[in-house]
Amino acid sequence: MNNPYFDLLMWARGPGFDIALTIMVGGILLRVVEILVLGRKRDLATAKGSPVGQGVKTIFTRSFPRKGLVPFAPITYIGGYIFHIGFAIAFLFLGAHIALIDGLLGLSWPAANRAIVESATALAVIALFALLYTRITDPVRRALSTFGDYLVWLLSLLPLVLGYVAVNKLFGDPTLMMALHILSAEALMVAFPFTKLMHAVTFLMARYYNGSIQGRKGAES
Amino acid sequence: MTATLERGLNALREQIDAPVASFFTSCVSCGLCAEACIFYRETEDPKYTPIHKLELMRRIWSNEFTLLGRLKSMVGLGRKVTEQDLKDWEELVYDSCTMCGRCTMVCPVGNDLAMMIRKMREGMSGSGHAPVELIGAAERHSDYGSPMGELHPALHAQIKHAETETGIPIEMNKEGADYLVILSAGEIRDYPEVIGAMAKIFKQAGITWTISDDGFEATNVGIQLGNRDVARTLVSKVVEAAEKLKVKGIISPECGHAYQALRWEGPNLIGRSYDFEVVHIIELLDRLRAEGKLKTKGKASGKITFHDPCQINRRGGINREPRNLLNMVADDFVETEDAGTMNWCCGGGGGVGANERAADLRFKAFNRKKRQFDAVGAEKIVTMCAYCHHTLEEQLELHGDEETEVIGLAEMIGEYLDDEA
Repeated sequence: MNNPYFDLLMWARGPGFDIALTIMVGGILLRVVEILVLGRKRDLATAKGSPVGQGVKTIFTRSFPRKGLVPFAPITYIGGYIFHIGFAIAFLFLGAHIALIDGLLGLSWPAANRAIVESATALAVIALFALLYTRITDPVRRALSTFGDYLVWLLSLLPLVLGYVAVNKLFGDPTLMMALHILSAEALMVAFPFTKLMHAVTFLMARYYNGSIQGRKGAES
Repeated sequence: MTATLERGLNALREQIDAPVASFFTSCVSCGLCAEACIFYRETEDPKYTPIHKLELMRRIWSNEFTLLGRLKSMVGLGRKVTEQDLKDWEELVYDSCTMCGRCTMVCPVGNDLAMMIRKMREGMSGSGHAPVELIGAAERHSDYGSPMGELHPALHAQIKHAETETGIPIEMNKEGADYLVILSAGEIRDYPEVIGAMAKIFKQAGITWTISDDGFEATNVGIQLGNRDVARTLVSKVVEAAEKLKVKGIISPECGHAYQALRWEGPNLIGRSYDFEVVHIIELLDRLRAEGKLKTKGKASGKITFHDPCQINRRGGINREPRNLLNMVADDFVETEDAGTMNWCCGGGGGVGANERAADLRFKAFNRKKRQFDAVGAEKIVTMCAYCHHTLEEQLELHGDEETEVIGLAEMIGEYLDDEA
């Protein structure tokens, strides 16, 4: 146990993780409550369709692109899918991550083959660079982008890259790399409630509201 | 009340509710809303990106409705909304958005951007940053009962004309009629044929109807301007007329925003549900068709296409009805690309058509519709909104097309009605 980075790793896995998890969970709850307390006036117009049913339906259907739109923003659409799916596979199907979730929630499921997890990680990283490219080169996305957008890009990238490096012992001290991987994931967790990463939670609300507003009118969403 | 910066900002604050907060929280600046926007797509100017048009409302939400934003504001970091900002955004909020809602349909996180533009206009008009034409129309509407000024004499003349043409008496202010018919100012002035068409159709279907002198104007400039007080006053006139005459329902005419105003915003504006039904004329005609009470004879020859008014189809849910009807009277009905729910706006809705400053932009935006119409080679374009009708005629002419005919669907059904049935 002479590795100088061992203590750092232990801190990252112990108190560091607890702090990050507390901030993330508390922050998400705070942000969700902050939205819900604003309320929504009861709609007095007689409904033609089903607001609740369509709201719930839209949470799922909005995961698919509107017909004909992909060719106008191929990198955003395809890169977006690859990143989200790749990130989800890397996060949810690596054995070590499942063990972590099991320890926290008592829930577990079979891990994926390591080649699948690593391919998903690599694809997610490539997708992130493609998304950065379009954010910088496309006039619409460049104009919309703020410091926060680039920050969440970096925060999403680091755990993927550092995790890949640490697991495959590509370079640097493996203990240090693992500590940095965990710390980068914790940075993502801490930033989550206070940045656009919150969309990963509030998209459920936004899609529901969209579907319910349209659904009340009997219109598509 | 005088428009001031503070009044505008307060109006914006009042508009921020849970859906708006969830929408701003969810936006990841992906820019896909731009790809759905007719003004962006035809100009490729990034300033027309729908979510950018909402930046000032987003700023107020961020500064005042989020914990982190409030903390930033306390230490002087939150960027405030200034008079100059509102002035700069006027063009984006009024000239380059018809509230057509295409962006609402494509946003991957589900943001209802069109609804937020409607809300943002409350703040813009409250602070005095709205197009003069809309402010003038609102004043005329409040003072004379119509955005085009006093229309009573014109209405009476058109009704008399319709009676002469059809031989069917039209009883004004008739208590206990099945339906109260309201009309848009544009129909009274430019497309009065619809009155005669309704007289014939309703006679065949055995429906009694009337028009009220107290509330006949369907348009609602308060919705376009973004002024709830004006919108409420105008909706109230129609609602009170319907209640006074004890009708079973109001027929909303071929006018997109009028349908939104009366059917969907109206009860919320006046703070109570209606005791009567509000039905769009095309919705009612399709119902009559399904019940076998609408009989037509013959079909129009030549290629005919249909233009979906955004507020009636995409934002109003009336999609199949006009197609059912059109198939009754058109021999060769062809759809343009993207027809239906994802139809492209004519570029004149949401008050943009009344806004002189937006004339060039409107012209550019219409290029898309022109290409779509040319692609199907339609000789006739049918629609179900008088303002779309007006915009299509105006823009086709400006684009050098004086051949293609534009007609309202109810009027067309009237033309092919089987008088002997």
